[in-house]
Amino acid sequence: MSAVLNSSSDFSLQPRRGLLLGIRGWTGVVAALITVAVLVPVLNLLVPEGSALHLGDYYVALVGKIMCYAICALAMDLIWGYTGILSLGHGLFFALGGYGMGMYLMRQIGRDGQYKADLPDFMVFLNWKELPWTWTLSDSFIAQMLLVILVPGLLAFVFGYFAFRSRIKGVYFSIITQALTYAAMLLFFRNETGFGGNNGFTDFKRILSIPIAQPSTRMVLFVLTGLTLIGFFLMARAIVHSKYGRVLQAIRDAESRVMFTGYDPIAYKLSIWTLSAVMCAIAGALYVPQVGIINPGEMSPAASIEIAIWAAVGGRGTLIGPIVGAFFVNGAKSWFTQVFPEFWLYFLGALFIAVTLFLPNGLVGLYAKLTSRSKKEDKEVRA
Amino acid sequence: MTPELMQAGTRLKIEHEARLAATASRTESGGRSASYGRLVKHGEPDFTQGVALYLDDITVSFDGFKALNALSLAINVGELRCIIGPNGAGKTTMMDVITGKTRPDAGRASFGSTIDLLRLRENDIAQIGIGRKFQKPTVYEELSVFENLELALAADRRARASLFHRLSGQQLDRIGEILTLIHLKPSAQRTAGLLSHGQKQWLEIGMLLMQDPKLLLLDEPVAGMTDEETERTAELFLSLEGKHSLVVVEHDMKFVDQLTEGRKTVTVLHEGSVLAEGKLADVQANDKVVEVYLGR
Repeated sequence: MSAVLNSSSDFSLQPRRGLLLGIRGWTGVVAALITVAVLVPVLNLLVPEGSALHLGDYYVALVGKIMCYAICALAMDLIWGYTGILSLGHGLFFALGGYGMGMYLMRQIGRDGQYKADLPDFMVFLNWKELPWTWTLSDSFIAQMLLVILVPGLLAFVFGYFAFRSRIKGVYFSIITQALTYAAMLLFFRNETGFGGNNGFTDFKRILSIPIAQPSTRMVLFVLTGLTLIGFFLMARAIVHSKYGRVLQAIRDAESRVMFTGYDPIAYKLSIWTLSAVMCAIAGALYVPQVGIINPGEMSPAASIEIAIWAAVGGRGTLIGPIVGAFFVNGAKSWFTQVFPEFWLYFLGALFIAVTLFLPNGLVGLYAKLTSRSKKEDKEVRA
Repeated sequence: MTPELMQAGTRLKIEHEARLAATASRTESGGRSASYGRLVKHGEPDFTQGVALYLDDITVSFDGFKALNALSLAINVGELRCIIGPNGAGKTTMMDVITGKTRPDAGRASFGSTIDLLRLRENDIAQIGIGRKFQKPTVYEELSVFENLELALAADRRARASLFHRLSGQQLDRIGEILTLIHLKPSAQRTAGLLSHGQKQWLEIGMLLMQDPKLLLLDEPVAGMTDEETERTAELFLSLEGKHSLVVVEHDMKFVDQLTEGRKTVTVLHEGSVLAEGKLADVQANDKVVEVYLGR
């Protein structure tokens, strides 16, 4: 047997990998890049407003917002779809990233607030005389952006370390993450915490001293968000196609076998968990300047559950699925809340039930099923 | 020094080397025996005493129920040991203790003569060379057969190393070799979840062999296999004997008979301790064993 194999390595056994995506996949990525970086800016800024081709500011803002959500859904997919750990607290990391950016934007208001003071308005209102220690670095854009990554990353790392070391799994882990985000929400609701209480931050004026509401600034933020989403997609693709990614899937399928094969699951779970949290935090930081507000509502349990719904509706365990899911659910949400505002939550509930019952692999799974069926029919017709 | 003396010295040296070579092929330790001059290598078991696994007075209790009751057992290097016993005798608990899943209340467990198993975690124990097959076949259902074996391949287990891992030609050959050995080469790209029960058992055995463990613990390896598959499994295990130490827990007496070839030791567990030990025929004739198996 070995004589047969020794002559040449049996490369036919190895599945072909390394290109990251197929031709269709790369075409899609390039198309997405062109849309985000060329098409939308041209249609929004250069095409005059009366023209049929003009893309309204409303849609740019909406798509920009949904792209931030899509990053969260992608992060959720890495930890839930691929590693099998359902987090119901990812909204916390998103909100922390948003607060990090919001603090910087609050300082950028300068003396243009209601009270014409150096301190942010809510601090003047609370009769505070100086900035709390948590705001020490809030004047520097670079430092604050580092905090956007470090604070949620560190929180996720410490929380994950203790949870995974104690072998907390399944539903217990989900409940603890839910409790974590709820506790953080209660903390941020308090004025004493120093982050604007239940009003949060709003009324931003500038970013990097450039007016935040002007069309070109908004477009830069939009393009940046789109590029981040595409970048994260390619990164996630590289991760799940490496041996590391296959260990993650192995942890999902049979964690005990992974352990008895000599892998330490804690290192793998902790690294992907922290990465996933940081991705959400970056999405939050991109979200706040586009939407113009951040408040503790983003930490509510419902917000975190919605992220899981996007991933489930689109299709867990595929990378395009959660992005599709985020666009589908949020697109439907913005349409429904305009046309039938009272029925949105009923629709969301029905959608989730329908997906759970009929589409275990989400919309992407449905698409795959339909195309494979039509291919089969083609073959039958030909035969 | 005279030429005669030199010739005599050379002759003695050649004889000595021949003696060494003869013993080297017979023992796992390469002909060396226990002495004070050995170096302890970190993370590597020392087998020069001839014992691969040593359990001493292990007691495990769950809410007062003693799953293992002062169990003592020694497995020699290269030995194939079958362990039988009625349900609830503590066979699976014993494997849990060896692999670090369960911590005993009392007792000692060592791998070779230097490594204390009770101080290591599951993944460390797997790394130093103890492989375990579960009672229920445990494979990665959504990955392909090839990928299942690839993950089991002996390589750097750390997260960063896995991120940039590339298979070498030698490693591919090794996977191909094992695929042929477990008769799954045509199914290499199939999803493991689609395999039959018997094929999953083989795949799991293949994954163990990829790890190249020094000691294999096999919990009912032929459950759910056809007669032909069972026979092939027995042949496979017999071919591993000598190179690896094997501990096989099994209910199928025909299989045990085939493995022990009428001369190897069988251990009977009952109520968490060793009831009898000896050749299968002797053990089956033992009054106590008959009583335990047939009821009183």
